[in-house]
Amino acid sequence: MTRARQTGVLIVLFIGSVVVLLTMPLIGMKLTPIQAILDPAGSGIEGEIFWRIRIPRVLAAWLAGAGLASAGMAFQALFRNSLATPFTLGVASGAALGAALSIRFGVALSIAGISSTPLWAFAGASVSILLVYGITSGIIGARRGMNTATMLLVGVAVSFFFSSLNMFTQYISDFTHTFRIIRWLMGGVQVTGYRSVLEMLPLVLGGLLITLLLTRELDILTTGEEMAAGRGVDVVRTRNLLFFGASLMVGGVVAVCGPIGFVGLMVPHICRLLVGPGHRFLAPASILAGGSFLTLSDTFARTIIAPAEIPVGVITALLGGPFFLALLIRDQR
Amino acid sequence: MRDDVAAQIGPALEISGLSLSIGGTDILRNVSFDIPQGGFRSIVGPNGSGKTTLLRCVMGVITGWTGDVLVGGRPVASHRRRDLARLVSYVPQSDEMVFPYTGRELVMMGRYPHISPFTRPSRADIEVVEHTLETTGTLSFADRDMRTLSGGERQKMFIAGALAQEAGTMLLDEPTTFLDPRHTDEILSILADLNRSGITIVIVTHDINHAVHYADSVTALVDGSIVFNGLSEDLMKNEVLGSVYGKEFTLVKHPVSGKMMVLPGGPRP
Repeated sequence: MTRARQTGVLIVLFIGSVVVLLTMPLIGMKLTPIQAILDPAGSGIEGEIFWRIRIPRVLAAWLAGAGLASAGMAFQALFRNSLATPFTLGVASGAALGAALSIRFGVALSIAGISSTPLWAFAGASVSILLVYGITSGIIGARRGMNTATMLLVGVAVSFFFSSLNMFTQYISDFTHTFRIIRWLMGGVQVTGYRSVLEMLPLVLGGLLITLLLTRELDILTTGEEMAAGRGVDVVRTRNLLFFGASLMVGGVVAVCGPIGFVGLMVPHICRLLVGPGHRFLAPASILAGGSFLTLSDTFARTIIAPAEIPVGVITALLGGPFFLALLIRDQR
Repeated sequence: MRDDVAAQIGPALEISGLSLSIGGTDILRNVSFDIPQGGFRSIVGPNGSGKTTLLRCVMGVITGWTGDVLVGGRPVASHRRRDLARLVSYVPQSDEMVFPYTGRELVMMGRYPHISPFTRPSRADIEVVEHTLETTGTLSFADRDMRTLSGGERQKMFIAGALAQEAGTMLLDEPTTFLDPRHTDEILSILADLNRSGITIVIVTHDINHAVHYADSVTALVDGSIVFNGLSEDLMKNEVLGSVYGKEFTLVKHPVSGKMMVLPGGPRP
């Protein structure tokens, strides 16, 4: 893996993201004509759709993909396991419960008119991370690394636990709330206008910044916590910072888009094949590739059966399920 | 006196009254010993005697112990983690590598305490890594995926990683367990060479012959207490070995070094 190749891949991924962000908003039931973009006021509905619906939707999809991929990458380093992701660890379920509670009791919990859903999702994500990490390392012993079977079982258990609380929340909700929660739980970028984008933006950017600043520590943590301590890494502080950053990203994404699965599994894995395991290149590569991947998936999801649309979570799960199984089979050999 | 001057003339590691109990069980009881600068110390003892725990306490992996541990004349907790890593390096019983890092990348991680945050490794760091790979005889497989190396090659690479920290003291936890005789010998020779170049070496080991052959002094732990602490040749007496392992051994003199060695098939108790 030469330095030139790693840099080359990053440049290609960067250009790819720019192209995706510039062209995907044009695509829909009808291609947006140029004058509608330049003069949204004069061209009626097409300019309106482009600026008020497609642009924020593409931005939200890109941010969600970048955040989920980056969170997955951080979990894989911390759990020393390539099958650790927000989805498989039950962290997305925790975030979803936080978000569902805030949708159900929305009015009472909103702070100064701004939706508090992302903060509740963040809280749910944090609690579930601490649960999964605490239980897994308690069973195996933090020193011995994370045994795949145990980690996945704990993730499934935590996921079920939060899902059942989620169902209870739906059960005690009225029809409109229940519909909103169920639809949103399928995972999709149902964004209109810029408010949702702005809601998730600070959380996702904060989380991305934290992972980008800790790339050397991420490398060293993959060699084991005891070795990392010997290298001079403040393991507990670094781990908590990364958990915090990952919770911010998962919380921000899940609050707006619901639990979209498998982005955090597939993207870091493919990027590792492209630029190697070192996080100095892996972190930016995962962010760029994750953003492009989810934006493309979402464009596909909203155009393939237009005028209806498929939740993008259905698409990522269709791709991700087999991918996950393939990795599991390979790792267990 | 300046700290670094004191560090050069005082012991590398001073442990006094170190005790640890977890869940009401005493793991370490009032352990006290010094390791002089430039020494080669083996820590031996039966399974579960607290050898590994002792290293972990020194490295701050385990907290909640009582007593004093001084590194370079100062309490271990008063060092920032990065500063401590420049004084003491540590090769734990290794976890599997899970991602495809090369040996060279792993050794570069050893430069972590020397590279200030948010900067890139300098030319000097790269030179240290190359020099370290040469010293440890790991250069020829430095670009291979760590997961494809044999156990012995991997262990050498972990030692190279610790050496790249340029610390004056290196602690190793069972560095030769599970290795074949050739790699065991090569690794202990590397450690002996490092020791001759002035690095203080502390190894936890199960092999009494190695403990005695390579080290100048031995500390023996039983149930968390020190039962022997002294020159390695003084350990090799059946009354001493009996108190450590509860068994007598057949002893012979090594024809080259003149030190006593343990033979398999000792007298039955």
